[in-house]
Amino acid sequence: MSAEPQSAALPELASVPWRARTDERWLRRWGRIWHAWTVAYTVPFLAAGAVLLALEPLAAPVALAAFAHAWIIPELYAYRGASVVRPKGARNEANEPVAQGFLGDLLGHGGRELQRKTGLALEPGALGVWLVGEAGAVLVTPGARRVHSFCVRTTDPELPPSDRVAHLLLALREDEEGFATVANHVFAGARWRVRRRLPKRMRPALDAAREAAR
Amino acid sequence: MARLVRMDGSGHTTLAEWTARDDDAFQIAVEEFRGQLEMGYIGTVPDGPGQATHVRELPREADLVVMRRPLAGG
Repeated sequence: MSAEPQSAALPELASVPWRARTDERWLRRWGRIWHAWTVAYTVPFLAAGAVLLALEPLAAPVALAAFAHAWIIPELYAYRGASVVRPKGARNEANEPVAQGFLGDLLGHGGRELQRKTGLALEPGALGVWLVGEAGAVLVTPGARRVHSFCVRTTDPELPPSDRVAHLLLALREDEEGFATVANHVFAGARWRVRRRLPKRMRPALDAAREAAR
Repeated sequence: MARLVRMDGSGHTTLAEWTARDDDAFQIAVEEFRGQLEMGYIGTVPDGPGQATHVRELPREADLVVMRRPLAGG
């Protein structure tokens, strides 16, 4: 352990020494990779469907199946991207009001109201605008076109939901890039794709993040 | 009055309180802080909107020190 009384780096980074630090450049690169990957698995299905229809109109059912694949696979990825902020784990309802009050103290007035309505804490950072949930976070990058989804959780699953959000929020505030490095990156893609797969209650939080990221 | 708080299953628990002038209370808080570190908790000082600092020693001048559990990729 260092003799320094405080540190700018997230201590959890010690558990993932093999990972490159997740900075703006890393996010841009992975955003492009995800975009290319989406094109790579969508275009062949679309092309196959179109060629089948052109060669043999009676093959329309097979062509439709190919088109369906081109639609379903990106939707499944987007669902995965949205799922990181869905409520998970024990609700611990008896102690949630105490945890909610503590989390509210960490957020400003606007952020507190948004969190109570949507379950997500909005946190502007250097990499973009974050929406922090109980077991993951969504980063809306500057310009608000692209989002990155991260799975990350506290190691105590019995905490009330708001305490789990507060854990992630504090770690994010300690070291934003470190937080993104410790978290598992699970999705990058257009904001609208994730919005459609978010529970309705959470969509205003993504809209607020979009406005803040523009 | 400064507080050392642990986020736990109860929402949060106040572990110690001290003032800058009360050495005895601060020493009790320091011992409590070290005990929490040994249990695997991480010390964090919320510094206001958007900022927090990871601390390895209890800062006497802080208003609030929060002990949190480590994070892991999900």
